[in-house]
Amino acid sequence: MEAGGDTAAPAPGDSEDLEDTQSPREEAGDSGGVHEDPPDPRDEGLEETGSETKDQPPGLLSALPQPEAPSCTSQLWDPAASENNPLGDPESGSGGQGGDPSDEDWRSKRKHVFVLSEAGKPIYSRYGSVEALSTTMGVMTALVSFVQSAGDAIRAIYAEDHKLVFLQQGPLLLVAVSRTPQSAAQLRGELLAVHAQIVSTLTRASVARIFARKQNYDLRRLLAGSERTLDRLLDSVERDPGALLLGAVRCVPLARPLRDALGALLRRCTAPGLALSVLAVGGQLVTAAQERTVLAECRLDPADLQLLLNWVGAPAFAAGEAWAPVCLPRFNPDGFFYAYVARLDATPVCLLLLSTDPEAFHDMATCRRLVEDGMHTLGAMRALGEAVSFSVVPSASAPAYSVQAVGASGLRHFLYKPLDIPDHHRQLPQFTSPELEAPYSSEEERQRLSDLYHRLHARLHSTSRPLRLIYHVAEKETLLAWVTSKFELYTCLSPLVTKAGAILVVTKLLRWVKKEEDRLFIRYPPKYSTPPAAPAASTDQASHNGLFPGP
Amino acid sequence: MAQANGAPQPGAAPSQLCVFKLVLLGSGSVGKSSLALRFVKDDFKSILPTVGCAFFTKVVEMGTASLKFEIWDTAGQEKYHSVCHLYFRGANAALLVYDITSKDSFGKAQQWLKDLEKEFSPGEVVVMLVGNKTDLGQEREVTFEDGKEFAESHNLLFMETSAKLNHQVTEAFGAIARELLQREERKENQPPPRGDARLALGQRLAGRANCCAR
Repeated sequence: MEAGGDTAAPAPGDSEDLEDTQSPREEAGDSGGVHEDPPDPRDEGLEETGSETKDQPPGLLSALPQPEAPSCTSQLWDPAASENNPLGDPESGSGGQGGDPSDEDWRSKRKHVFVLSEAGKPIYSRYGSVEALSTTMGVMTALVSFVQSAGDAIRAIYAEDHKLVFLQQGPLLLVAVSRTPQSAAQLRGELLAVHAQIVSTLTRASVARIFARKQNYDLRRLLAGSERTLDRLLDSVERDPGALLLGAVRCVPLARPLRDALGALLRRCTAPGLALSVLAVGGQLVTAAQERTVLAECRLDPADLQLLLNWVGAPAFAAGEAWAPVCLPRFNPDGFFYAYVARLDATPVCLLLLSTDPEAFHDMATCRRLVEDGMHTLGAMRALGEAVSFSVVPSASAPAYSVQAVGASGLRHFLYKPLDIPDHHRQLPQFTSPELEAPYSSEEERQRLSDLYHRLHARLHSTSRPLRLIYHVAEKETLLAWVTSKFELYTCLSPLVTKAGAILVVTKLLRWVKKEEDRLFIRYPPKYSTPPAAPAASTDQASHNGLFPGP
Repeated sequence: MAQANGAPQPGAAPSQLCVFKLVLLGSGSVGKSSLALRFVKDDFKSILPTVGCAFFTKVVEMGTASLKFEIWDTAGQEKYHSVCHLYFRGANAALLVYDITSKDSFGKAQQWLKDLEKEFSPGEVVVMLVGNKTDLGQEREVTFEDGKEFAESHNLLFMETSAKLNHQVTEAFGAIARELLQREERKENQPPPRGDARLALGQRLAGRANCCAR
């Protein structure tokens, strides 16, 4: 409580303060759609959960207790119960099945994402084969063009428990059909991420060029091999919702002196044409250095960085050194960078070097050796290795920490995004969260938690009535979400916690984050090494990107 | 690494270490990366499609001389075709890989040969045609004879391999290494390296449009 006044902790322990912040929320609660603070288990949110349950395959029904049953708390997070439940595993069975819209298995998926061309040609579907879906996609095109003919654009359709979200991006049409609790805005964010992923392999300009030349071109030819990347991207929303939901990247927890030293090392190891160096482990950021002459005054967009982190995390990069063109859609959707990707010393530590020069492979390889040597001198490999192995879940290959580290009993999981990072204008949005432990170790429990976070996020960021604080007693856990000028926080607590107890836990958590912030976040981003000179070199990339020259 | 592009490096080691650049070309999922992985690390696992290009090095002992392969394992996906010239520039050897269970991939390999012919003058590069996946013999669509015939008519080396069963993989790379070393010797012995037109430049395919211009 005494820490309340200064930088990071906005009077977290002060329960009166908390009540204050709550009051606008209580007004919002009158509208009925809000599912926070419910001593009554039958509040709206729970009813929704109940109705969803009915749509699940029978397997899930047995695992999820009826919302009315009040006495089942003790068995709710019994891991055995969820493991015994052979739910049709929505993630693993991708792509294989027929995709005939009459197919039960296909229909039972909670969320479908489709990409099609303006002419109605199928390009991508998360589940099923695209061929079998051409009629379905034809219907989507018809819907879009019908609304278009009236000089309007279709954005979303709400149909009972389904949301259909449409997003037109140039000649591509992206559609999400979902009965997850995600809001239309969140679904749109996902579709944008899918589009960015497509642009990063092809560039927006070449997609436009292709369809300008031949309206019914089959883009699948060019996306061959990228479908899995899209699948992984969409799955990550349910497995690990933080990055896309918060628009932030996750950093590897690391002692600040070591991170600073690594940042300095990256800045020292430069080569002509090198625009950006990134050190990552398991899709999480260690540190990055940006070359000022190339990315002059341009802050790297977190969406672009996240895309790169997902990309280099792909198993395809496991062997050898890779050299591939890649486009950063937010930075310049029409140009390519050339990416050098290598695992350092056969560890999961991954170095990504972005160059503007398509011929720079050997320069980048030299640069990698410098980084490798430098890391040996620093002893950084061992330290990073420890960060990776410091995981409770034995199979996790990504660096993680246990929620136990916070030392707040009753706290099960959280997402924390600081908004008060020094040097904010040059800083990347970041977030931190512990690994998901029991009871969230099974796929369906993770999905459920992800759903809850999405609901809370949608309420906090509702365009009509945004909230600042939500205290939500759900059937298996209690959640508290809170956004201030200094942070955005989502916590998942034990269901038995009282409101006062929850406040205490959050206070502890905020103190812990404050204490650990140098380790959890990149607070002082590396300064640029080269002086501002020479105009940006990356403006004319489209001209030499090599792909799709004119006929 | 700047001098890497294939030029023999003089005096790197007492037993001269020549560096040769080798590219693996062919359509998607014919086993280019698997061949590279088998040769370099003697390993086999199911691999996802290569992104762009993967780079490996491997030193091969050939009697008295040893030679270093710089292997560029290119992606078979069409989206990367037009950047492939980046990878095969300055190559000393090329492996044109097809899948013996796919007639289509055999046709693509022939297409790749034409691309090579556009990029290189005859005899500049050692080309080997490789039919991979002999472990799937019962699904074979391209006969050994078909492959051999095509290779002979175009003066290519030819071999059928299985990266999965480690059949003929080292032999294929070994044959290329031998051919490269022989050429080096010939070059040293008779200054103008003419006469052995390995790569028949049959027709000049001027102004062929790129892959996706169809």
